[in-house]
Amino acid sequence: MPRLTLRWIQYSLMALMLLAASIQASAKVLEVKDGQSIQAAVKKAQPGDTIKVFPATYKETVYIDKDNITISGVRIKGEWPVMDGEKKLNDAVLYSGHGITVEQLKIIHYKGNAIMGQAGNNYIIRNNLIIDSGVYGIFPQFGKNGLIEHNVLSGIEDAAIYVGMCDNIDVRHNEVFDSVAGIEIENSRHALVENNYVHNNTGGILAFITPGLPIKTTFDVIIRNNFVVNNNHENFGEPGSLVAGIPPGTGMLIMAADDVTIENNIISGNDNSGIAIVDLRFSAGLGVDPGSDPNPDGLRILDNLMIDNGNNPVGDVKKLMMATFSSRGPDIASISRGKNNCIVNENKYRTFGLGLGGFSECNAENAKSTASITTMTLDKDFEAKELGTLEKGQVAYYAICAGCHAYNIRMIGPQTMAIQALYMDNPKGIADYIANPEKKRENFPSMPPQNYLPEDVRMAVAEYMLSLTAETKKDNISDEVGHEKGNY
Amino acid sequence: MLKSAISFGTTLILLCYVSVIHADQIQLRDYCPPGFEKQQNQCKLRSLYQMYSSLQGQGVGGLKTALPSYRDGFSPEQIDLGRYLFFDPLLSKNRDMACSSCHQTTKGFSDGLPRSIGANGEELSRAAPSLWNVAFLKSFFWDGHAHSLEEQMQGPLFSEKEMANTPENLMKNLRANKEYKRLFKQAFPTSKQIELNDVYLSLAAFESSLISLNSRYDQYAHGFHEALNDKEVQGLNIFRSFVARCAECHTPPLFTNQQIAVIGAPDPDGLSFDPGAQIPLNDPLFRGGFKVPSLRNINRTAPYMHSGKFSTLGEVAAFYTGGRGHAVPEGEKLYLHWHIWEPNLSDEELDRIVDFLQTLTDESFMPQIPEQVPSGLKAVYDY
Repeated sequence: MPRLTLRWIQYSLMALMLLAASIQASAKVLEVKDGQSIQAAVKKAQPGDTIKVFPATYKETVYIDKDNITISGVRIKGEWPVMDGEKKLNDAVLYSGHGITVEQLKIIHYKGNAIMGQAGNNYIIRNNLIIDSGVYGIFPQFGKNGLIEHNVLSGIEDAAIYVGMCDNIDVRHNEVFDSVAGIEIENSRHALVENNYVHNNTGGILAFITPGLPIKTTFDVIIRNNFVVNNNHENFGEPGSLVAGIPPGTGMLIMAADDVTIENNIISGNDNSGIAIVDLRFSAGLGVDPGSDPNPDGLRILDNLMIDNGNNPVGDVKKLMMATFSSRGPDIASISRGKNNCIVNENKYRTFGLGLGGFSECNAENAKSTASITTMTLDKDFEAKELGTLEKGQVAYYAICAGCHAYNIRMIGPQTMAIQALYMDNPKGIADYIANPEKKRENFPSMPPQNYLPEDVRMAVAEYMLSLTAETKKDNISDEVGHEKGNY
Repeated sequence: MLKSAISFGTTLILLCYVSVIHADQIQLRDYCPPGFEKQQNQCKLRSLYQMYSSLQGQGVGGLKTALPSYRDGFSPEQIDLGRYLFFDPLLSKNRDMACSSCHQTTKGFSDGLPRSIGANGEELSRAAPSLWNVAFLKSFFWDGHAHSLEEQMQGPLFSEKEMANTPENLMKNLRANKEYKRLFKQAFPTSKQIELNDVYLSLAAFESSLISLNSRYDQYAHGFHEALNDKEVQGLNIFRSFVARCAECHTPPLFTNQQIAVIGAPDPDGLSFDPGAQIPLNDPLFRGGFKVPSLRNINRTAPYMHSGKFSTLGEVAAFYTGGRGHAVPEGEKLYLHWHIWEPNLSDEELDRIVDFLQTLTDESFMPQIPEQVPSGLKAVYDY
């Protein structure tokens, strides 16, 4: 085994270097022009390729189930490539791959989402123009390490930018208006929402927990240097949706999220409340979640410019106003029972209920600016756990081959021992055979092709099969391979 | 009188004969079921999904997403003993039902009935759920009230309406059985005698070995896009679109997010409204809420929903486009899940979703049904 392992390390390193070189060398640019299909280009594309989309109208759903693909619109003299769902198509762009970039597209009239990610990490969504297009404009879900910047979105019936169950996200330099919710950070951690212009939505910027989702926390969010202006739009959310309950005139809404810092924003002209802080009871009708703490804790409201908010409070904020005999709504209202919340110089603002909400004056430590944090994204791409070659082979052998083959027991297929005798020193022979098997043995059924396994996995599994002995105690796969641990 | 005494005696002799001649040959396997690697006599799960990671380690996401945390590490002998127990009617009071009565191998480990039939031939109130991939589940029963397989199995074993056994009677019968004494000794060398917890553990070990993760969908997910045809890919895209929103709760790779959801699915005519998770959670917000089931091997487990209202997947898909709350009985106030809306899917889209659901079938790791079980009784299986 030691000899083998060493050889394998050498081989793997060489293979990796070759692979890296070949990706570099072979990255291609595919062009899509009027009358052609973006999806057809995605089908042709290999990881590393860029698809340039030229000005024209494209009526299709584009799905990307590959890694490292860039879709990049080309704008010529002000003309955009337009994806038009004609209120018939579901989603415009739907990706599951890692390392996806979607930029410079104008997306209109889809029924679902304009750009939706499902568990793709390391994504960039920028410079897109999204108008009247569905439930969510930009909605990465289950993604780690993403950047959403310089997009302009309007007329979205739920959230224009919806970061749902993600980690390490920056949302910056976007303009978001005429939507029910502007920017949502939901059941996500480590998010920076900065330099956005958020105006004329029902609710501007929201950081919250939705109950009943499999990932149950929101914390470590910075909302900084945004313009949150005149978010008084009538609520046109779908009945039953969470946002349908947002009162018009809500500049910011913090619901059950923890460790949110609000700093240097200009929050003006929001008729209900500049900032509303609530707990999960606010969402009555959606239910609480036994797995989520319902209260917003550890909030920090640092210096913000707040003017002209609370001109026409509604709902709970209005009740609070009546209870305090005020004639005007607040800059900041807390309708919650949080703890360890703090505010710098509360006296500057019109506030309701902060004491009950667990707020006190920030101490010197808590009053510190977040300026030194420039991004919540990672220094380098998040790499999904990569198994070594032998481990890959080991996993594939037991996950698939062992359905029919055992080392020295006859199952559906011949014993692994017998296969070893046939292919000693010839792993490639096994790798080729399993992709395209033919009937070899009279008294065994023919083997189904395993051509769906990528070549490197087929090679790895072949090597692994040849390395097996009756009582092999292989270098154990560490338990982490199987048992992924949560990291919060 | 005499005649019946003779025939009783003959039966006894026959039973002894059977157990001496056949049951004695039972040897517990010392190797793991497919999908597992033996390490230090523990069976460790192996899956291509172990090449991936998932956000917050929760095992929910998209195509190349790691699995949720799971139960494994049982010994081959414990798993194999569980296999015998699972099919053995000695576990029921009347010695005529086994786990496999309601969890049948040919029906995705459910039973093909809208609601299962219990010990007295009486219909129960809910459908038998599939057992495929239960190793990954954190809560059990439609209303999610049990939190381990061990806790779950005590429901049917000891419910008067189901297998109607008692812990005392079960222990008495197992301990009186020479074969089981011998086999439990093999599987649990440190136990002095057969213990209830060892019974639970063996059954949990066997159930946790029912792994289904090698479907055509999985081949697609791992990057072999030719595994699905055009219609099936269309179906996948509708399934995960934000119009149909199926994947929001039936989230890959397990096709469940393991949450309780109130969707307003109807009960069959004549049945009273099932309050579901409202009871264990003691919260009216969860009235009519049920655990989101996995969709793997879903085409084997008709009829569908908690009490078997729908006989085909087409009917199920149509339910979701029928309008928010359209099937909620009059006078019931339910807090419906926010993803239940009016997606207005076309008939063609519904068909594509059903096409896609067929690709989630994989029974390549089907366990072997034992030819005989240690009690000498006839193993319970459905063909």
